[in-house]
Amino acid sequence: MCLWCLSESTTAFLPFQTTILAVKFNGGVIIGSDSRASMGGSYVSSKTINKLIQVHDRIFCCIAGSLADAQAVTKMAKFQLSFHSIQMESPPLVKAAASVMKELCYSNKEELQAGFITAGWDRKKGPQVYTVSLGGMLLSQPFTIGGSGSTYIYGYVDAKYKPDMSREECLQFATNALALAIGRDNVSGGVVHLVVITEDGVEHVVIPGDKLPKFHDE
Amino acid sequence: MVVYAGQHQTECLQYSELVPDWTEHEVNTGTTIMAVEFNGGVVIGADSRTTTGAYIANRVTDKLTPIHDRIFCCRSGSAADTQAIADAVTYQLGFYSIVMDEPPLVQTAANLFRQLCYRYRELLTAGIIVAGWDNRHSGQVYTVPIGGMLVRQPVAVGGSGSSYIYGFIDSTYKPGMTKEECLRFTGQALALAMERDGSSGGVARLAAITQAGLEHSVILGNQLPKFPTA
Repeated sequence: MCLWCLSESTTAFLPFQTTILAVKFNGGVIIGSDSRASMGGSYVSSKTINKLIQVHDRIFCCIAGSLADAQAVTKMAKFQLSFHSIQMESPPLVKAAASVMKELCYSNKEELQAGFITAGWDRKKGPQVYTVSLGGMLLSQPFTIGGSGSTYIYGYVDAKYKPDMSREECLQFATNALALAIGRDNVSGGVVHLVVITEDGVEHVVIPGDKLPKFHDE
Repeated sequence: MVVYAGQHQTECLQYSELVPDWTEHEVNTGTTIMAVEFNGGVVIGADSRTTTGAYIANRVTDKLTPIHDRIFCCRSGSAADTQAIADAVTYQLGFYSIVMDEPPLVQTAANLFRQLCYRYRELLTAGIIVAGWDNRHSGQVYTVPIGGMLVRQPVAVGGSGSSYIYGFIDSTYKPGMTKEECLRFTGQALALAMERDGSSGGVARLAAITQAGLEHSVILGNQLPKFPTA
């Protein structure tokens, strides 16, 4: 890789080149993303990157923004959460995980360029979705979308989301939303990674590009 | 030298602090515009917000501009630029149809827009959708975005609010819809865009253009379709 390519990626010149989402359904959450990493908008540096990071048994994060910053924050969060869960002698709450990310983002807001979606299941409140934005705002929502590709699917998710969906309906909703975003955003692409988190466990679903739903103009 | 200039600047007021924000911004039709072809005609729609910076200069704008009896254009971008272009094309098309002694084709109108938008592309900020009915090709929608490209599409959206509804349009549009389905589809898409885009809002203006004529309708703010996330 040439030197100027490296410097572009580390300075996060074009952040949020991705599509990520998380949706609550009846009994769990689905967190999903595309798998493309691009540099400068015209070179795909990875077709199969996994943007869904497990920070604890039932808590996942997905990242939008500078990959370097995001990796640093999630590593720190993972460490803090495992320490926290040993001290409390119980799995951490999803809100705790989101708060850890928020603390890191807010305290270092001048240096960092990354936003997160945290989703998971805990015994106290069941399935939850939290979003931590660029400056460190923490918000709990029934579902949330992020990244550059999310612009194109605001209308779709506003129209099609229903509270208390079943697991299959939610999988279809998330897959469709990501497929539509990938169809319109040139820095989102590759495969669709989905993680279904419920009380019983964690299931990773990967949908390759040619198996994605097709829409009328394709 | 640089330090001196910096210090000097913080001591005196800028011009922009003395006048209201909206006097410094060009009038913009921020906007969401849309047009859909169906068998026998077209449905066009737009929001009704015109902004100068953060001020809404007109909250009941009509962005659906008649160019000829059965040809309309939907305007987005600079209000001044699009009004001037539409006036010029209306004149040219009126003259053309008198000379040809028959109603003009939608393709002709679209090409007149494209000629102006491409030739003066450095000076203009205009995104226009041309839609109408003629007796050769029935309903047609042509999009002339900023830069002056011309392409015919079954569905076209434009303006700042259009980014948010690409996913909805891609998933919901199917060929072979009826006029009523198209009207409902356009109303929903406009409502979704107006909900998310700060530069789009007000009422949703719709029109259906067929051989028989025009049918205008307006969906007022409180009558817009509501979605569970609202």
